[in-house]
Amino acid sequence: MTSSKLYNAIFAAGIALILACLMIGVKLDTDSSVLAVKGATAEQWIWIAVGISVVFLSQLFSAQVDALFGAIPKPNFKAVLPQEKKMAVLKPWLISAVIVGMLIWPFMVSRGTVDLATLTLIYIMLGLGLNIVVGLAGLLDLGFVAFYAVGAYTYALLSQYFGMSFWACLPISAGLAALFGFLLGFPVLRLRGDYLAIVTLGFGEIIRILLNNWTSLTGGPNGISGIDKPTLFGLEFNRRAKEEGAMTFHEYFDMDYSSSYKVIFLYLIAVLLVICVIYLINRLMRMPIGRAWEALREDEIACRSLGLNRTAIKLSAFTLGASTAGFAGCFFAARQGFISPESFIFIESAIILAIVVLGGMGSQMGIIFAAIIMTILPELAREFSEYRMLLFGLLMVVMMRWRPEGLVPIKRPNLELKQQ
Amino acid sequence: MSEFSLYLLQQLINGLTIGSTYALIAIGYTMVYGIIGMINFAHGEIYMIGSYVTFIVIAGLLGMGIVSLPIILVIALVVAMFIASTYGWTVERVAYRPLRGSNRLIPLISAIGMSIFLQNFVVLAQGSRDVALPPQIIGGWNFGDPSTFEVSLSYMQVLIFAVTFISMTLLTLFISRSRMGRACRACSEDLGMTNLLGIDTNKIIALTFIVGAALAAIAGLLLGLYYGVVNPFVGFIAGLKAFTAAVLGGIGSIPGAVLGGLILGVTEAMTSAFFPSEYKDVVSFGLLVMILLFRPSGLLGKPEVEKV
Repeated sequence: MTSSKLYNAIFAAGIALILACLMIGVKLDTDSSVLAVKGATAEQWIWIAVGISVVFLSQLFSAQVDALFGAIPKPNFKAVLPQEKKMAVLKPWLISAVIVGMLIWPFMVSRGTVDLATLTLIYIMLGLGLNIVVGLAGLLDLGFVAFYAVGAYTYALLSQYFGMSFWACLPISAGLAALFGFLLGFPVLRLRGDYLAIVTLGFGEIIRILLNNWTSLTGGPNGISGIDKPTLFGLEFNRRAKEEGAMTFHEYFDMDYSSSYKVIFLYLIAVLLVICVIYLINRLMRMPIGRAWEALREDEIACRSLGLNRTAIKLSAFTLGASTAGFAGCFFAARQGFISPESFIFIESAIILAIVVLGGMGSQMGIIFAAIIMTILPELAREFSEYRMLLFGLLMVVMMRWRPEGLVPIKRPNLELKQQ
Repeated sequence: MSEFSLYLLQQLINGLTIGSTYALIAIGYTMVYGIIGMINFAHGEIYMIGSYVTFIVIAGLLGMGIVSLPIILVIALVVAMFIASTYGWTVERVAYRPLRGSNRLIPLISAIGMSIFLQNFVVLAQGSRDVALPPQIIGGWNFGDPSTFEVSLSYMQVLIFAVTFISMTLLTLFISRSRMGRACRACSEDLGMTNLLGIDTNKIIALTFIVGAALAAIAGLLLGLYYGVVNPFVGFIAGLKAFTAAVLGGIGSIPGAVLGGLILGVTEAMTSAFFPSEYKDVVSFGLLVMILLFRPSGLLGKPEVEKV
């Protein structure tokens, strides 16, 4: 251990002390009428001391820390999975087994669990949509939730004012979200990537402001309630049909009414939508357009010199991502039955981005895992909920530092020159 | 003068006040972008931290029984600049430096993570509620006929103009005359070449983050005193506005950032004069999209050339 390391560590600890003291060490007292400051409690000082020693030690042993993080094992699928030839035979069976499992599973567990699973599926859908934009095309979209909001409000408004059904609104929501994506992407995508990040960030905020203030149409902060649930070929899942003469699901099949049918039905729709989205994206990735997305992400100048139209390709990725969010938004509105601008704040965008980053940009498998972790962990650790966003932020920094390719990195066919 | 033109004059004064603080924040964006070609996403949070530190110092000094306003302001300014610079330096050290040379998307994401982290750090440390400070600088001049419309120019607004002007002058002198400033200009011309010529570019990059953060802290102090309220979420929208100002003026150009900030401030004030004030954010964002559509290099910027 050299002395420069010790010097570095002391310096870092000193900086950490400065940073902590004026933020955690003194607190503005908002309770009394006159603004005053109060010192931190003993417990907080202990935490500051712990934090500073962590910084000190991690700097002192930075090489070891780097090695430790670098050594987190990457999942080695090759060792687990059978040979490629066998895999080709097994794959359809595996996929059908997973699908059948997902279809049967909700009938055996409680209502709450199925509801949580539906929420997870929404996040999977959103993650996959953002993955097209961020992971495949390499465009940073920080206002993804705006397209989600467009989809949700499209269904809510159409069903409220025109009484349109969920199934009719699903493509309209996706289409409208795609249109917004197109209109926003068109001016920005001709430019360097960072502009897109900040413009989408602004767009997300603007959509929220508009929804909040356009009270005559959107109901403002009160939102829209009483949105119709989806129907199965016109059969409702309520206790009684809304209109005279219409039949409900349990009447038609001559069963007793149970509220869990509705929850399971919503879950099954979500499964269907997620499967559609995964299938479509997988097809697209193998089409010339999908190849072009990834190529453009890797080297823009090379692609342009090969005659690829940069704007059109980026725009197609951006629009498709937006339409997936519109899809998810429409379903979200149907599931909740109530939406308000509160559901579409920047934090949601950040969570979706965290899912994509954690799972591994471009890796669909990883994103599905990450979405499951990100929705189930907060449910399990409710007492830490105030630290949730703090940890998300930290996670993004740490992941980019040590594991930019995510937890389940995508396997890309590559060829490397061997050193002679 | 007629009543209407007096009303416009009032809006112009208000717009220039806000605009000059946007300009101060925008300089941080533009300097960092000029040198490493990246948006410092955590910059808005640095501004917010500057505001908080100002409030803490003022409340602390008042609590200690020091009532002389100039002393309080100077101490608050120095402490806020110091703390904010330390935060700015740390952001660079943690979120940017280890990732230099990797794919462009990666430092961008880590900076967003940093911004989310800082915002929630302040929420946890100081609470998410508004913190209000009673106005410290009271009074001003009034013009016009009190019976129709009176234009007011408060001492606070004069202070904002004066502090902004002094900081801009000092910054310009620093950039154009000092050795460090020359190194900064060299880095923004060509980072790799500057490095080859024996200048420690890492130090210069850290310096731009520090200078940007110090200016953001000045803006934090001024706006904090002007509005009298601060909460952990002000950094987000202020950062967005300042970025718009930087793009409007031409990102990478310091005079451009100042011009952009002033134009944006006046545009916003004029918008809220004729429309409900909630829509002023919509207008400034629309302005950003329009610039990107018609003049992506901004008013004073030079067009970007992509190099292989």
